[in-house]
Amino acid sequence: MYDVLIIGAGVIGASVARAISKYDLKVIVVDKHSDVCEGTSKANSGIVHSGYDAKPGTLKAKFNLIGNKMMGEFCQRYRVPFRRNGSLVLAFDVNEIPKLEALKTQGTLNGVEGLEVLSKEQVLAMEPNLSSQVAAALYAPTGGIVDPFELTISQAEVANQNGVEFQFNSLVSSIVKQTSHFQVFVNDTMIESKTVINCAGVFSDEINNQLSAHKLKITPRKGEYCLFDKEVGHFVDRTIFQLPTAYGKGVLVTPTAENNLLIGPTAYDIDDKYDNSTTAEGIKEVLSKASQSVKSIPTSFIITAFSGLRATETSGDFIIGEAKDVEGFYNAAGIESPGLTAAPAIGDYLADLVTKKLNAKMKTSYIDGRADLVRFEPLSVADKSKLIESNHEFGKIICRCEMVTLAEIKDAIHRPVGATTIDGVKRRTRAGAGRCQGGFCGPKVLEILSKELHKDPREIAKFDQQAILLVGFDKENL
Amino acid sequence: MINKDIVIIGGGPAGLAAAIGAYEAGNKNIVILERDNLLGGILNQCIHNGFGLHTFKEELTGPEYSARYVKKIKDLNIETKLETMVIDISNELIVSAISENEGMVQYQAKAVILTMGCRERPRGALSIPGYRPSGIFSAGTAQRFVNIEGYMPGKSVVILGSGDIGLIMARRMTLEGADVKMVVEIMPYSGGLKRNIVQCLDDFSIPLKLSHTVTKIHGSTRVSGVTIAKVDDLRNPIKGTEEYVECDTLLLSVGLIPENELSRKVGVIINPKTQGPIVSESLETSIKGIFAAGNVLHVHDLVDHVSSEAYLAGKNAVKYINGLLEELKMIDILASDGVRYTVPSTLNVNNVEDLTQIRFRSSDVYKDAYVSVYFDEERILHSKKRILTPGEMETVTILKKWLIERPNLKTITVKIEKE
Repeated sequence: MYDVLIIGAGVIGASVARAISKYDLKVIVVDKHSDVCEGTSKANSGIVHSGYDAKPGTLKAKFNLIGNKMMGEFCQRYRVPFRRNGSLVLAFDVNEIPKLEALKTQGTLNGVEGLEVLSKEQVLAMEPNLSSQVAAALYAPTGGIVDPFELTISQAEVANQNGVEFQFNSLVSSIVKQTSHFQVFVNDTMIESKTVINCAGVFSDEINNQLSAHKLKITPRKGEYCLFDKEVGHFVDRTIFQLPTAYGKGVLVTPTAENNLLIGPTAYDIDDKYDNSTTAEGIKEVLSKASQSVKSIPTSFIITAFSGLRATETSGDFIIGEAKDVEGFYNAAGIESPGLTAAPAIGDYLADLVTKKLNAKMKTSYIDGRADLVRFEPLSVADKSKLIESNHEFGKIICRCEMVTLAEIKDAIHRPVGATTIDGVKRRTRAGAGRCQGGFCGPKVLEILSKELHKDPREIAKFDQQAILLVGFDKENL
Repeated sequence: MINKDIVIIGGGPAGLAAAIGAYEAGNKNIVILERDNLLGGILNQCIHNGFGLHTFKEELTGPEYSARYVKKIKDLNIETKLETMVIDISNELIVSAISENEGMVQYQAKAVILTMGCRERPRGALSIPGYRPSGIFSAGTAQRFVNIEGYMPGKSVVILGSGDIGLIMARRMTLEGADVKMVVEIMPYSGGLKRNIVQCLDDFSIPLKLSHTVTKIHGSTRVSGVTIAKVDDLRNPIKGTEEYVECDTLLLSVGLIPENELSRKVGVIINPKTQGPIVSESLETSIKGIFAAGNVLHVHDLVDHVSSEAYLAGKNAVKYINGLLEELKMIDILASDGVRYTVPSTLNVNNVEDLTQIRFRSSDVYKDAYVSVYFDEERILHSKKRILTPGEMETVTILKKWLIERPNLKTITVKIEKE
């Protein structure tokens, strides 16, 4: 019998797991994918919002603000790439300046500090690549950018090293409430747990609706993006927004925490919760809308396009807390933007509720922080030299675009909640995330995974178990 | 810090030939730094034949061709460092490299020769809509799996792009038991060599769909199919021409990009057309003492041309070290009227021995057209070509005596003319 079962190993599930792992409880995280960070957490803008967008009094406003404030120290402790680069909301017409003022008022009400409406001249001085059509902008100095992969992975690691179990490739088919516990059916086996926390992203309505009479409805809202080479990573230094619409915060242009340039997303409600495909129209729209904000999009530097699904709940707000009619069942549902910003705060909040309910005690052996994590690429020549002396596998570059070494890839595989797939290695080390997108290192990473995990190369997948890369031997089908 | 006269970065066909060129020009203080665990570069996975027709007057496989150069390197006792990756070149020609065995090693060079080759253009550069499943490989990655590792990356294959590697892989995948459905090419002509179209597609009845492209990738985990469509003159897909093709693999052969991270980092000026350094007739880059040759300079069709070019770079590096290379760039070489680029882009008559060669590609297909070379306003060369295509590199030879006869020459222009 588990004390806590968390459904979903995205950034919310990982945040809750990390926060609960401080307590002396038996905790398991289940996810239908083969790794953490395989849903919405892997395909989003990577923005730490300052908090002016959310309506005052909403959970979005509350957790956005707490999340934003804690992000700097949090990311430092857990070694997550984060930069408080500030953000700008652009107005292209003087008639829109009142809208900026309204956002500023709303932000100030929410508790956002430092908001300022800047003149055209001030904005262009800050960001010379912005379109000359800019009339004014709202500047939010507390806005930031974070690596969404690492924000998820780091917390899963901390949780795991403190005893939280992770079970992947495990689809929850049904949940039954017994008098004092839940029976959760996963791949035809039953897991029993005293409490259940629903962090199932776009599927969180389906989980909730099995247990609660208060039905939720999540509509996946697709967002498509283009990612650019690091060569143009400083095309803009701040995150550039347009004025928000009913469908979200519009198309942004931003550097990422890993110094790429990112533009997107579109916002279209769709029916299929598995449809993370990009479309020709979507990419076209992203490019055309982004080109209203900036002078000329360096399209020849696009290295990939992707799309993600926002978990948009009908109420428009986050659904966080114990279901009123199901004791011991907790929701973190409808977590769309600013969900990434809010995630660590949501984790803390839910952990607090659940551990109080279970009368849990703090562990004495809790380890706060991650095992040593070394990135070779940013080091000086002298430090690189020292590092190779300490471990010669730092002398073997596997990914030439991002300069990722054998030592780092092996570490990513053997760390807590380690990588088992090509994409898993990519998100942990950036091998394959560069301009050749794994063309060069893909076969090498596959070989390393196969060797380290003692698996046949034909079983190694890009992600999930079905996404295998090699289908057989030469001449097998002749 | 180790002192070396000539540091060669990359031990593929260009690096090997450059080393031999330098050695035969009289300098034996050379090191080749190669990041892989064997010399020969991409030739190791090119197990098909067709290499060496110009150099050896016989048809060799890639490994056979490279083995001849490797043997010569060994016979000449030229130093090579394997599994050694250069991470930095400084303006003072200090080359920093790392390896598992020796850690960080730094060389103070008198001349550096860039022979890092090229890489394949990835899918992202095309932004093909659809899912991002497994089963999408660049043709070269698939070639490595099949030819080196012995694994098949798929059973039913569509190839996008008719570059040479794509054509070669159409044949290879067929021979290894896959069903190659078609090769789809967005341009109205193939980007590969004519002989590869005949020997790799026609001989196996694999259709080549010109003026077509892949408009969507299907399958959320593994590729399940692609949508292809005809394109108009502006290369936009034409509505109503879409066709679904079932397959589990999409191979991309959509171009090669010279690998110039190191060159850019040290400040070598790059030609946006070739994505390789701008060089003089001696293959010297914009930085004194740094030379470039092979696919890092511009993408070649034939390894024979890579070898001859790199041999020259090696020889010129020695001239430079011996103070025999004049720096002054006297003549500009311009590409115009259907010529996409030229290599080199400057020329100093005094550095030319008996002749010099200008290599170029056309920017479109031209039938029964003339390749013309102008010395300022004067037409010096005018030779008829049955066909010129961007897929085949062309060469014109300039004799030194023509240059000497015209001491006030400012500009050489290469162009394509109808008559």
